[in-house]
Formats: sequence, C-alpha cells, structure tokens
Amino acid sequence: MSLIVAQNIQKDYQVGDVLVQALRGVTFDIAPASFVAFVGPSGSGKSTVLNLIGCLDKPSAGKLIVADTEVARLDREESASFRGSHLGFIFQDFNLMPVLTVYENIEYPLIMVQDVPAAERKDRISRLLDAVDMSGQAGKYPYQISGGQKQRVAVARALVTNPSLVLADEPTANLDSQTAYAVINLMKRMRDELNTTFIFSTHDQKIVGEAEVIYRLVDGQLENGNSPGNNTKGGTLHA
Amino acid sequence: MLNLFKIAIRNLLRYRRRTLMTASLIAIGVIFVLVFVAIAGSFKLMMIGQITDSMLGHLQIHRKGYVASIDNLPLNLTMKPSAYKKMVTVLESSTDVDAFSPRLKFGGMFSNFTETTNIRLNGVYPEREFRTVPLLADRIPEGKKTLERGEIIVPILLAKGLKVKTGDPVVIVATNADGSVNGKQFKVVGVLESATGPGGRDGYIHIEDAAEVLRMSEPQVSEVAVRLKKFDRLSTAASSINGKLSGEVNKEGTPIFEVHTWEQLSPFFNIARMIDVMTFFIRITLIAIVLISIMNVMIMAVYERIREIGTIAAIGTLPRRILSMFVIEGFCLGITGAVIGNLIGGAIIGIVNLVGIRFNFGQQKGLLLEASLAPGEMIAVSIIVILVAVAASLQPAFKASRMDPIEALRHV
Repeated sequence: MSLIVAQNIQKDYQVGDVLVQALRGVTFDIAPASFVAFVGPSGSGKSTVLNLIGCLDKPSAGKLIVADTEVARLDREESASFRGSHLGFIFQDFNLMPVLTVYENIEYPLIMVQDVPAAERKDRISRLLDAVDMSGQAGKYPYQISGGQKQRVAVARALVTNPSLVLADEPTANLDSQTAYAVINLMKRMRDELNTTFIFSTHDQKIVGEAEVIYRLVDGQLENGNSPGNNTKGGTLHA
Repeated sequence: MLNLFKIAIRNLLRYRRRTLMTASLIAIGVIFVLVFVAIAGSFKLMMIGQITDSMLGHLQIHRKGYVASIDNLPLNLTMKPSAYKKMVTVLESSTDVDAFSPRLKFGGMFSNFTETTNIRLNGVYPEREFRTVPLLADRIPEGKKTLERGEIIVPILLAKGLKVKTGDPVVIVATNADGSVNGKQFKVVGVLESATGPGGRDGYIHIEDAAEVLRMSEPQVSEVAVRLKKFDRLSTAASSINGKLSGEVNKEGTPIFEVHTWEQLSPFFNIARMIDVMTFFIRITLIAIVLISIMNVMIMAVYERIREIGTIAAIGTLPRRILSMFVIEGFCLGITGAVIGNLIGGAIIGIVNLVGIRFNFGQQKGLLLEASLAPGEMIAVSIIVILVAVAASLQPAFKASRMDPIEALRHV
C-alpha cells in the first residue's frame, strides 16, 4: 500500500509567451514511513514535485494520490484542510513566526489549523521539544536561537500535528554541513519514532546519502525513466 | 479566538512605532469628535433650553392662521372660548404635557408720560406662565419675579430707552378688536432681559389686565405655550396633540387649531441644524481618518509579511482564519484608538468644565458652557471607529487570505 502514487505527472507553467514544462511525465510511488530524497540540479523540478505532493499546486496532467486522496480534485479550502490534517512542512528558511516563541511556534498549527485542546497541546509540544532537544529554549524567540535550532523547531512544528507525511524543501540549504547532518539525522530519528514519511529535496550531495529512497530529477524527468522499478532504493542513487 | 487576538497583538507590537502612530491618529480623531460633539452639542442644548424654557415653550397651539400673521399680533384670530375649553381638555388629558400657559398677545403703546414707544404685550396667568417657561424668572434681574394685577414687567430695551425703573408708573394704550382705543396705568415691577430671537420688545402683564385694556368681557387666548414632561418626546407629543385637536373643525370642515413645535417657530432651529450638519461632517472626517490610516497600515502589514502568510497557508491555515487574523489586527488598532480617544477626550471635556468657558449669545452675556457627553455618544463614536477599522482591514485581509502559498513563499 503506497502513501503516494504519482502517475505520469506533468506540470506546465506559462511564463509570458513561453510554456515551461517543469515536470514531463513523472511516475513514482512512495511507501509509508519512507525517508525519501528528490535530488537534482536547480530547476530540475524538485520543488515542483514537493509542491504538488503538498497540495500547494496542481498537476497539469497525470494522477497524483496522496494518503488515498486524489489531491488535484481538492479546491482551495479542501487543500488547506488536507494539508493541515495530513502534511507537515519544513522550509529552507525555517519560516518561523518572528512574533512567537519557540513553544508558540510549535503550538501555532495546533491552534490555527487543528483546534487541539490546551492540555493535549501542552503534552504534544513538551514531547516534541524534548525530542528535538529544544526544551531549554522554549521561551526564546526565533531571533534568539541559531539556524540549526530554528530548523529543529521547524521539524517539531511540522510533526506536532501528527502528519503522515512531512515535506522538506531544501531543509539544509541554509545550514553548515555539521548542522545539516544533525537536522537530517533528527528527521530520520523522528521517522523511526513516529513512522512519519519524510520527503526532502536537496542538491547537496553530502546529505543525499542519508536518504533511503532517492529520486534524481533532470529537466523535469526522473533520470532513469518513469518506471518505479527503475528507481534504486535503500540509499542508492537512482542514476 | 483568544489566541488569534494574542497573535494579532504580537504582530501589532512588532511595529511599535507604526502601531503607536496609527492608534494616536485614530485617538486624535476620536478626541476631536468627542470634544466637538460635547461642546457644540451642549451649546445647542443650552440654546434650545434658553429659547424654549424662557420664552417659547416646547410647543405652541394657535388658532388656524394665527402664525401666518403672528408679527401683527391679530386680535381677530384669538381662540373662541368653547374651542379653547376643548383644547384644555386635550392638554389636561395628555400624559406628555407637564404644564401649559394661555397667552393673550397684543401690540400697544408704552408711555412713561413723557415719551411713548410701541411694545408687544403678553397677557398671562403668572403662575402658569412661570411654570411653563421656568427660565423666564431668570431673565428678570431687577424687581420681583412675580406678577399681580396692575403690574407690568417691561423689556430691558424699553426700560433703558425710556429710563424706566422698577416702581415707576407707566401707561399702556392699545387698540382693541373693534377699533376703539383704551389705556391703563401699570406699575413697573420688573425689567426683563432679552431672550434670543424675537421677544426683545415683549412685556408681561396679567391676562385679566390685558382683557381689561382690550375691553374683553373675559380673557381671550391667542396662543397656548406647552411644556412637555420629556423634551425628547417633542415630535411624538406634538403629533399626538395635533391628532387629537385636528378633530376640532370649523363650519367649513377645516381644523381650527394649529400646533407648532419650537423648531417651527424659532430661527435658531436652523443654527441647531447647522451644528448637526457640522457634527455629521466631523464624524465623516473621523471615518476617513480611521479608514485611510488602518487601510494603509494593514496593506503594509500584508506586504511585509507575505512569506509568513505563505507559511501559515502552506501548513494548512484555512483562508478564513488568515482573513480573521488580519481583521483582528485592524479591530485591535481601532479599539485601542477608540479607548485612548475616549479617555483623553473625556479628560479634555472635564478640563473644559473645570476651567469654565463663558460666552455671549445675542443679548445674553456670560453664559457658562457646561460641556457634557452622553455615554451613548461615546459608545456610538467607538462603535463607528471599530466598525470602520474592521471594514478598512477587510480588503488587505482578503488579499492575504487569497494569496497563493507558493508565490508567497517565493516572495523576497
């Protein structure tokens, strides 16, 4: 049973008079509790894939099923609702709310997205703060902590809603290599503990090896063709 | 919802200076409106009080056609005794009427035995007149504030012009209804200060003296001044009384009475309306200030926080919640401005009353302005400010809620 099934996905953008084909018939499937990387050079379509899986965009053609839902059929409100209940997001620039403390940033989706009762919120946040080793920084504001700490908070924020899937677009791009490894390992550990699927995009070859399933994208296509069987799994590059 | 408020307040505090300036601008607008409404409104009410309580009464009843000829003080348009009695029955049965005073008005000649001038005279039952227009007594700085048979209260303009003092004998000569002339000697018992509007040459005598001068077998009535228990029921009471009196018709089937409120009788009503119009435009100015300042701030807030909006949209915040977040920011700005404005406005009004502003109005000197503000007015201004603040933040909030998360996250 796959968590994500993508069949012959295409995504076209109209830029002025030019039609840009960001994805050209991409097919893959991702099992639950996987640790997946989409790799490729800038402009290869990594972010587009993540945006489509994350219901932030819709494919121009093809079929995309995420958590048993054909996401292309969701309207704006349903997409937001789906993201809030099934997905977590980690961003390259951390994107923490500057006016909220570490604790409040993690709490934010529970209040604004899921309406979780206060006692349960406290319980979930405490566990995650411990898990990402940020309990001592709970009262600090984003400007008072380092980049690595911010990304750990972002991981906690992505996981606090108990999503089945966390999408991380270049999560280590703004971190030094040591911190980048620490963040990737944290994500992996969270996957092990919570059975949450993690999908991240990166062009950093050093951390690609940390992924268990790797899809390499070049010019909007999977490098070795679209057959899922052609993709190498288990930490080996699909190239 | 409380959490939405917490986040909105934090966002506002993020740009302290800008928030403070916007709230201050709104507060200044509120202060300006409140102080203007308090002073202008109090001035208006004071003037209406002066006019109605010292001269006109809240409303007046005349025989049909009298008001059209009121400057001539016609004696052939007095009320017939039988009609007057019916009117008295209506007034006495009305729950709105506090008091009423029948008047016999006529024009005559006023002489101090060496000089003569014209005068407008009000023949009244003194007790009823002083009850119907209670400030009349305050207009008598010299002499006694009552009136007996054979006594006259003369207007100050005539007293000064003819050098008449209290205790002096004077003669009143008048042409009565059949054209003959009659005269009577009176003793001056009081000098009457001018009221605003017509009445600068009005004197008062007992109605039975008036009937005697005019050779009437019994006093006739040319007008009835009415005082209501509650001034704010003016139009309702006037309609009710008019409705009851309209049943009284002459042989031709037309009503024999006409009811006029003070608004229809005094030119000051136009000034009062001007004050209302000015207040309206001051309120419009306030609305414009709030609208422009909040909209400006909220548009800036949305543009400065595009990536944040993208983030919260991406993690699944529903568009309506994003809209609420920004609307609540506008609401908080509005409520802050309104509260500060009310506090400072109230303090300024208190200081104005403490200092005691005096002004002249017509012949009346040194009137003390007692600025007062009804709680309802403060609440109304606050509600206007808050509603406009919310309305002004709707467009930027809507824009934020409709933002494409991908575009927003890409924004630099």
